[in-house]
Amino acid sequence: MQSVFRIILQRLALGLLTLFVVSIVIFTAVNMLPGDFAQAILGQGATPDAVEAIRRDLGLDQPPITRYFQWLGSAVQGDLGNSFAQANFASFVGADSGVRTTVAQQIAPRFANTMFLAAVTACIAVPVSLVLGILAALFRNSVFDRATNVTTLTSISSPEFFLAYVLILFLAVLNPVLPSLSNIFEGMSFGERLEKTLLPALTLTLVVTAHMMRMTRAAIINLLASPYIEMARLKGMSPMRVIVKHALPNALAPIINVVALNLAYLITGVVVVEVVFVYPGIGQLFVDSVKIRDIPVVQACCLIFAAAYILLNLTADIMSILSNPRLRHPK
Amino acid sequence: MSTLLTLVLILLGVAAGGWVLRFAGQKATGNAPMFRDMPYAVAFGYVLGACLLMFSVWYFFQPTVTEAGVPNAGVVFFRWAVQFFILSAIAAFLFRALGRTVGTRGSKKLFRQMPLTASFGVLVVILYAFTAIFAAWLAPHGQEAIFAKVNVLPGGNAATGGDPLFPLGTDQIGRDLLSRLIYGAQNTVGIAFVTTCLAFFLGGTLGFLAATLQGWLDQVLSRAVDVLMAIPSLIFALLLMTIASAWAGSERWLLTVYMILIIAVIDSTRVFRLARAVGLNIVVMDYIEAAKLRGEGLGYLIFKEILPNATAPLLAEFGLRFCFVFLTIASLSFLGVGIQPPLADWGTMVRDSAQFINFAAFSPLTAALPLLAAGAIALLTVGVNFVVDWMLHRSSGLKE
Repeated sequence: MQSVFRIILQRLALGLLTLFVVSIVIFTAVNMLPGDFAQAILGQGATPDAVEAIRRDLGLDQPPITRYFQWLGSAVQGDLGNSFAQANFASFVGADSGVRTTVAQQIAPRFANTMFLAAVTACIAVPVSLVLGILAALFRNSVFDRATNVTTLTSISSPEFFLAYVLILFLAVLNPVLPSLSNIFEGMSFGERLEKTLLPALTLTLVVTAHMMRMTRAAIINLLASPYIEMARLKGMSPMRVIVKHALPNALAPIINVVALNLAYLITGVVVVEVVFVYPGIGQLFVDSVKIRDIPVVQACCLIFAAAYILLNLTADIMSILSNPRLRHPK
Repeated sequence: MSTLLTLVLILLGVAAGGWVLRFAGQKATGNAPMFRDMPYAVAFGYVLGACLLMFSVWYFFQPTVTEAGVPNAGVVFFRWAVQFFILSAIAAFLFRALGRTVGTRGSKKLFRQMPLTASFGVLVVILYAFTAIFAAWLAPHGQEAIFAKVNVLPGGNAATGGDPLFPLGTDQIGRDLLSRLIYGAQNTVGIAFVTTCLAFFLGGTLGFLAATLQGWLDQVLSRAVDVLMAIPSLIFALLLMTIASAWAGSERWLLTVYMILIIAVIDSTRVFRLARAVGLNIVVMDYIEAAKLRGEGLGYLIFKEILPNATAPLLAEFGLRFCFVFLTIASLSFLGVGIQPPLADWGTMVRDSAQFINFAAFSPLTAALPLLAAGAIALLTVGVNFVVDWMLHRSSGLKE
């Protein structure tokens, strides 16, 4: 057990280090913006005094390294700064009351929405892809296997918005079963919320199921040539029992790995789907901020996406170590 | 609720049908092995498949216009989908048959082993390449030509708001949509191709260099790639595009150039990983040792010794990478930060015409516009993936 903890701690430390370097990359990238933020906010006709005031207000007069550690320090404490769009608006109207929505306040509810969408998708996609994968491995090279192979290959390689619009066409416009716009707000009942989330979740399911299902099938089929499977077959076990009882537990490591990787994809792949369905998640906020160049929000969203991505990759890594005795007890 | 109940009832019927099929089969054929050893799930699958097929045929022959004169959009779309499916299957079959009789011995052999999906993929790739190269001759109008007639509906029928001059209609400012769809092949596919080539040049060269020289260069490059790969690629691309759009200012074409560079760099990290892994396996071979002893230079080692032995995995990766790049560019354009107008581009077309999908119940042809552009993207990636899937399957030695 001792060595397992050590390995996990090592991975965690490595993950934190990666996140730290990633935050440097993000910060440097943003600082490559030409000109001055303050100038950009106020536009061409700004007086030097106003520019100077904004610069001081946003802390832009500090050297980059100081600013980086200030940003990182407050980001660790959950303070991601103030949104430029808000600052801009307040000073433009002249009604700067000093009370501004912080980036954290803007992101928090949207982050919860995105997590909800990812959770609903995972609840549908994981069981479906496991069952399909097992069935495809069971009836390999049959008509069923080929049909699922071609269908999943098609859905894996289509752009998300194509799948989204096809689903909207059939499930929202032609047969009004589900709403095509996901306007989610505070105080909605769980059922209503689920109904509005279902169509984007189905789109994402189509995208990720294909990959998970193909990996499940491949992992199981890889094992079918092993001697112990041969033995189980010779014992007279039914093919279904051979796969579920003998092949599946040994194929679990790659399957868990691919599930975790796809969940990581879900967190980041939501951007396009959220835009199509106008789902109030973090992906949509990110795209909107990119368009108006709201730097603090872009920075914060990027950091959150990267953290989620690293965390899930880390989970995949640790899970595959835990589920494999040979990696658990390295020689 | 009643829909759900009907579905459950149908499923129960199919479940009973599966049992009946197996039982009847056993009795009728006197316990032939096929029916005797048939698991229940297989019988269920057969009945379900037969039911779906019957329903499809029945639905296909429904009238396209209801008695009230309103188009039955569901049937129209279903017919289009089925017709497209059957036509593409026939085209792929004919193409494969052609490839089997015409050409050199090697190409004939290749076509003989090819599954239908792969020949469909090859056909699609050839058609797209043809359209992209000859777009200027194929398109009836220029991609930036603006006509006086705006918002012409597709169909070319003057009675329903169309115009025979513009078979797919015109957009809000009067540009011919068919021409823009054809030019989209040139712009979207062309830019994606250039980007992928750049990514391969960059990632491949650095990867092989890291594999041959090893030491600190390998360490530095590998760690840098690790960090870049820790940021999700679409997110990173969006972040860099924010900065690029500030750099480009009002020069729209410059933004497209920046986009090519950004996506090439991001995707070259994936190529680097593969090239380095493949290269490491090759540099330990004896013939590399021999070449080194002969006193060959680094360039000779990389391009004459390693590259020819790494073509197979790199070629498959090229196909997959092209799909990723193509989808990333399409997604960026769809989000409004990719290829900029006035260049015609499929991702932008989908975004601009997306709201038409709500008119599906009244005019299926209009609603098909966004799907046509999105489908054009999907068709190419599906085609390339079919070919790559077959290539990988062939090189993996046809496992069980």
